[in-house]
Amino acid sequence: MAGWIAANPQIFVVALQNHLWLSGIALVAVLLIALPLGLVLTRQRGLANAAIAIVNILRTVPSLALLVIMLPLLGTGFLPSVVALTLYGLPALLLNNYTGLTQVDAEIVEAARGQGFSDRQVMTQIEIPLALPVIFAGIRTAAVQIVSAATLAAFIGGGGLGELITAGMANFNFPQLVAGAVAVAVLALAVEVGFAALERLLTRQLRMGAA
Amino acid sequence: MTWAIENYDRLLLALWEHIQLVGVGLLIALVIGVPLGVLSARRPRFALVVLLVSGALYTVPALAIFALLIPYLGLGFWPAIVALVAYALLIIIRNVATGLREISPDILDAANGMGYGNWRLLFAIELPLALPVIIAGVRIAVVTQVSVATVAAFINAGGLGDIIFQGITQDFGEKVVVGAVATSALAIFCDESLRRVENWMRANQAEYI
Repeated sequence: MAGWIAANPQIFVVALQNHLWLSGIALVAVLLIALPLGLVLTRQRGLANAAIAIVNILRTVPSLALLVIMLPLLGTGFLPSVVALTLYGLPALLLNNYTGLTQVDAEIVEAARGQGFSDRQVMTQIEIPLALPVIFAGIRTAAVQIVSAATLAAFIGGGGLGELITAGMANFNFPQLVAGAVAVAVLALAVEVGFAALERLLTRQLRMGAA
Repeated sequence: MTWAIENYDRLLLALWEHIQLVGVGLLIALVIGVPLGVLSARRPRFALVVLLVSGALYTVPALAIFALLIPYLGLGFWPAIVALVAYALLIIIRNVATGLREISPDILDAANGMGYGNWRLLFAIELPLALPVIIAGVRIAVVTQVSVATVAAFINAGGLGDIIFQGITQDFGEKVVVGAVATSALAIFCDESLRRVENWMRANQAEYI
């Protein structure tokens, strides 16, 4: 496995880069959609129930099905993979964001309003900071799910480390297959551990800021 | 929809293979997982190890697990089952342990006072009370397995993923979509029916207590 990477560094690096781009763009798209949408949903409870029902169904759809289901519509390649990965990561963050914001103690919000906080101040200085730990947990889950599912992008020509696995299988090149599998496993675990560490750090800073 | 209508027998066969993968995987996971869950509830250190391993395993993509198993187990149904059991096992152990630990000590004290032995306590009181939490675990395990079993077609284990992969190699969009929709429908159906079972059990228990 290490031998294969040493013999084909270029193929490996390109696959890794592709994997990181796929996951990175999808994660940014998830953040851009889920963070504002979660806020809007806490203001529109009727809409929230419908959105959560849809997201709960979306969360159940198998990753491979989600990647290929739009194949006739979007075709194959990098962009269709990013779209599918965005949809795959969305439920985790949207649900956490919404739950985190709605779980903020109503009495704290009341107290803030009593002190003359405007709607905007309540949102930016009370609700969002208090919900942050839950939101961070959602970001971590979404990131890990996206990096993991990006392996399957290889099946629709999206590139990434999964391509080493599919190519290794097609050519009976087991060192390549194992190299791809180990690399993607290590990457997924690194993302999980890295985001968990980041989460702890930020939560601690928030607590210190509050104190 | 022409392909699906003309080849409904192939579709049904793939669905049956998929259900077999999930069913056999779940059954083995339950047989091993329930006793280990009981052990886990009694021994916090073992529970911690299970939590760590399940966290790590859950992070590793299914395709990577299948690929890593090929050099040791080869291709086909049984190697796929090994991965499916691994994914389900840890959820079952975790939820059995949680379900048992959540039982109120008062209930256990009362049963002890009535002269229940350890085994009778476990089977007549503890496991029935933990059942909703165990079913919740089964629900997560089954939905995960339906998803993982789709990828199992990559190592020739059959199932609905086979239809998807055939569609991709034949550049036949309808087949891909039919396979994907069928897998999604199966996952959503399993999730919804197990959710109902879980809620029904919780409601039943609430009446007794």
